[in-house]
Amino acid sequence: MADIDVKIAEWKQVEVGRLVLIRRGPFTGKLAAIVEIVDHRRVLIDGPSGEEKKIVPRHVLPLAHATLTPFTIPQLPRAAGTGPVKKLWAKNEIDNKWAKSSFAQKTDRADRRKNLTDFERFKVLRLRKQARYEVQKSYAKVRAAAAKS
Amino acid sequence: MSDAVGQTKQFGKGKRTVPHPAQKAQKWYPVDDESQPKKVRKTLRPTKVRESLQPGTILILLAGRFRGRRVILLKHLDQGVLLVTGPFKINGVPLRRVNSRYVIATSKRVDVSGVDSKAIEKISAPEYFTKEKSKEKKTEEAFFKQGEKPEKKKVASARASDQKAVDQGILATIKKEEFLSSYLATSFSLRNGDKPHEMKW
Repeated sequence: MADIDVKIAEWKQVEVGRLVLIRRGPFTGKLAAIVEIVDHRRVLIDGPSGEEKKIVPRHVLPLAHATLTPFTIPQLPRAAGTGPVKKLWAKNEIDNKWAKSSFAQKTDRADRRKNLTDFERFKVLRLRKQARYEVQKSYAKVRAAAAKS
Repeated sequence: MSDAVGQTKQFGKGKRTVPHPAQKAQKWYPVDDESQPKKVRKTLRPTKVRESLQPGTILILLAGRFRGRRVILLKHLDQGVLLVTGPFKINGVPLRRVNSRYVIATSKRVDVSGVDSKAIEKISAPEYFTKEKSKEKKTEEAFFKQGEKPEKKKVASARASDQKAVDQGILATIKKEEFLSSYLATSFSLRNGDKPHEMKW
């Protein structure tokens, strides 16, 4: 028999300290940590972010309105108050980690694109065209070299 | 009415003034009340254009011959009419009056403080854009000739020189910013998936 490597599946779990992304309601798009699990459908969350705009007040959120992220605050005590959560949030550099995640970067980019003015949209169009032209030029060179040899 | 004075007459023991026939009350009065003219409660208020329409703003025209073109706003005329210019050299839009309702104001502004103010004043006079009456009378002969070779419309040289005078200052500032000239030269259009109500201008 061949050796079989059995790995424990890496589920993102609903656990105290798990960071969730809020997908509905007034705090849509903001990040918060699970502080306490109310029942199988709802959790108590708190998002004392360092940035004023991204703060989520402590409240109960249905899990259906949340997406689990791969980030956690390890060893967050159950039902910790906003103060300790804030401290651990800063210590674990949650804001930084989230900003670097590809999801956050993608949404940022989409947001910026959406808020471009007419002139900026035109400039994007032109610059993309220029970049494309350069790429195609270098491709053509490679192709020509390949055909010769 | 000096002659229309009544007389004082003796009637037995007493005296009584008798009014002049002209002063006597009318025997008949109209059956219908005289109709009162309706009071107009509307007032003439100066038109107010959108705040985004400041001189120098780049506009997108939505109607007329030059729809889709991006032009520069020069001045507000009466009744919400805007004076715009292409500039003509860049996108072929001449000095032109447009309705402010049929225009999208973008957030991009060009400095128009360098534009000849005398020329603008002259252009914004109400008679400036009125059509000149043709000197030649339409004769029957001319009508038949027309079919053969239509005469080309000539642009008045005064108009052309005004256009140049106005555009001169603007063109210099446009040249300074990259892509701005080609931006003005291209016309706006919607593509698949574009949602104009969600766009920022």
